[in-house]
Amino acid sequence: MTLRESAPRHIPWSEPTALQIVHAHLGEQGPLLPVLHALQETFGYVDPLAIALVANVLNLSRADVYGVFSFYSDFRSTPPGELRVQVCRGEACQSVGGRALAEHATSSLGVDFGATTTDGSVTLDEVFCLGNCALGPSVAVNGQLRGRVGADEFDRLVHPGTSNIGFA
Amino acid sequence: MTTVFVPRDSAARSVGADEVAAAIETLATQRGASVEIVRNGSRGMMWLEPLVEVVTAKGRVAYGPVTPGDVADLFAAGFLDGNPHGLSQGLTDQIPWLAEQDRLTFRRVGLVDPLSTEDYQAHDGLIALRRALTMTPGQICDEVTESGLRGRGGAGFPTGVKWRTVLDASGPSKFVVCNADEGDSGTFADRMLMEGDPFMLIEAMIIAGIAVGGREGFIYIRSEYPDAVATMRAAIQRAYEAGWLGPEVLGSEHQFDLKIRVGAGAYICGEETAMLESIEGRRGMVRAKPPLPAIEGLFGKPTAINNVLSLASVTVLLTHGATFYRDFGVGRSRGTQVFQLAGNVARGGIVETAFGITLGEMIDRFAGGTASGRPVRAVQVGGPLGAYLPPAQFDLPLDYEAFVNAGAMVGHGGIVVFDDTVDMAAQARFAMEFCAAESCGKCTPCRVGAVRGVEVIDKIIAGQDTAANVVLLEELCDLMAEGSLCAMGGLTPLPVRSVLRHFADDLDQPKGVHP
Ligand SMILES: Cc1cc2nc3c(=O)[nH]c(=O)nc-3n(C[C@H](O)[C@H](O)[C@H](O)COP(=O)(O)O)c2cc1C
Ligand code: SF4
Ligand code: FES
Repeated sequence: MTLRESAPRHIPWSEPTALQIVHAHLGEQGPLLPVLHALQETFGYVDPLAIALVANVLNLSRADVYGVFSFYSDFRSTPPGELRVQVCRGEACQSVGGRALAEHATSSLGVDFGATTTDGSVTLDEVFCLGNCALGPSVAVNGQLRGRVGADEFDRLVHPGTSNIGFA
Repeated sequence: MTTVFVPRDSAARSVGADEVAAAIETLATQRGASVEIVRNGSRGMMWLEPLVEVVTAKGRVAYGPVTPGDVADLFAAGFLDGNPHGLSQGLTDQIPWLAEQDRLTFRRVGLVDPLSTEDYQAHDGLIALRRALTMTPGQICDEVTESGLRGRGGAGFPTGVKWRTVLDASGPSKFVVCNADEGDSGTFADRMLMEGDPFMLIEAMIIAGIAVGGREGFIYIRSEYPDAVATMRAAIQRAYEAGWLGPEVLGSEHQFDLKIRVGAGAYICGEETAMLESIEGRRGMVRAKPPLPAIEGLFGKPTAINNVLSLASVTVLLTHGATFYRDFGVGRSRGTQVFQLAGNVARGGIVETAFGITLGEMIDRFAGGTASGRPVRAVQVGGPLGAYLPPAQFDLPLDYEAFVNAGAMVGHGGIVVFDDTVDMAAQARFAMEFCAAESCGKCTPCRVGAVRGVEVIDKIIAGQDTAANVVLLEELCDLMAEGSLCAMGGLTPLPVRSVLRHFADDLDQPKGVHP
């Protein structure tokens, strides 16, 4: 199975579905973060239209909801690429070539951290530690952890057609 | 039927454990061998992952690091009978690196099937909870205090004292929160415990509930740990099915309900009051103390908030008694610490040992030096807010007070090794950069100070007015240390000052030219 095939399936933004999601969390204490997570899991991002909708149902101000949405780096307002690639920039990974890998990642994909390639295939994110600090440099692709990732391995993971989960 | 263990730990999977498990299954079928594959946690010997263990009459025999390509060869050599092979590590329990540790908190991790309630009970699970159910809340708090256990999340506050404060706080509803945000780079013990022995954390949360008079708990896990989230969720479901969680804990009159909350990529949410804000559905802004969370915490209710390892340690000390636990360690650092050897090390992973071992022993005996084979130049202990120490400081014992006295901190036990190619000016800059990126923004010394810190270090690196800018950097560190509301801004000066103190050469003649 390729990483691309393992990509989470997102559905296009839909207000009725979003409403259902928010309502499903109404009984919870402090539902806002679980709601934002659930919206992003379903649609791949939190559509700007969702802010008012969530505020309405949870009886919060739009500013409150937007404030929370924007505080947390996980939440995004645009659809992600097919692959979400997180490159670890933490110190343990730095000690084994993480800085070079981060540079390679941006130049190889031609985008900065936080951006998506123009063909929509890859979203590149930075992350400070993936909990794989004895096997760095570490990368996560769609949430799947990869250790000891050098430049070649990185390209194999992210470039279309070549990304394969297998370890030969 | 031969039982073969292949870890499901995400670090083991990051280097191919799933593919190895699949290869073993395929070849076993082809050869008509009767094999049961159990996906265990990791033994924590990361350089040997994927580590495959085979159950034999003599005990569990280990092979590693195994690639899918090695599997045919292993079958040919008769690994199912524990026969020799180039990758054989002998009996797992006799591997010196493991045998020389004091695995208390991690005693089951890697040994059991993490989601088997039978396995858990067969390996001393629930003894602590059963004992707690025979004690009064006050007796539990006292026993935790007697053990000398201090918080493993970083601040080292006595756990029993914290619990007593929550117990004595008035109010019908109280909360127990587990801090599983594990944001410190170089640390992964919380993750491995949750993936490898989730019932231990559940048991500990229930005990904490009984001890403080709380019926509801939250485990706040960072989103960077999706496997830990999935394992904990599955374990909680099984614990409900088994009657460990719910209205009658193990048939008693105690009620305890447990929920998972997932973080959203903010380091500051590891700070306890920011975490409470986050669970309540707000921005992760640090709260001023007082009031202490123990008095006014989650949703304004008295709340016990503890790190994963602090909680797990409670089950150890209740199982074996406070004295047993306190007998490990030195000075005011009692019990064991789960150290994590990371970065440029030959043998990285989990080293659980009594406090008091020196940093040098840890690096030489356990880490085996660097992975690159080059000399060690610096070791950062205690995460991104921890100091960088040179080999000249390797005689420091790993002990809370000894580290504080040396301008360093043990923190959550992460030990990150750098070889002599490291540019320490860049590391000092990174400390400020990280603080600037992750500051919650509530107070000026941290929010503005960190940004200024990056600018000043950039000038030093560029060779502009070096002496004057170093003085400015020192002043900035003083300001941040003294004027910040929480340890984010307050401790960022620690790594920066340690570079000024031990690696000043890199600031005078930067750009990483250190032969
Ligand atoms: C910036 C910052 C980040 C922190 N991150 C964590 C963390 O990831 N995990 C943790 O257990 N404690 C973390 N702490 C410490 C917590 O605030 C708190 O002291 C701890 O959860 C208390 O539990 P303990 O007494 O069991 O250690 C952090 C503190 C600060 C200031
Ligand atoms: S020190 Fe930094 S992180 Fe802590 S409260 Fe102040 S601004 Fe927020
Ligand atoms: S520092 Fe990169 S995985 Fe921890």
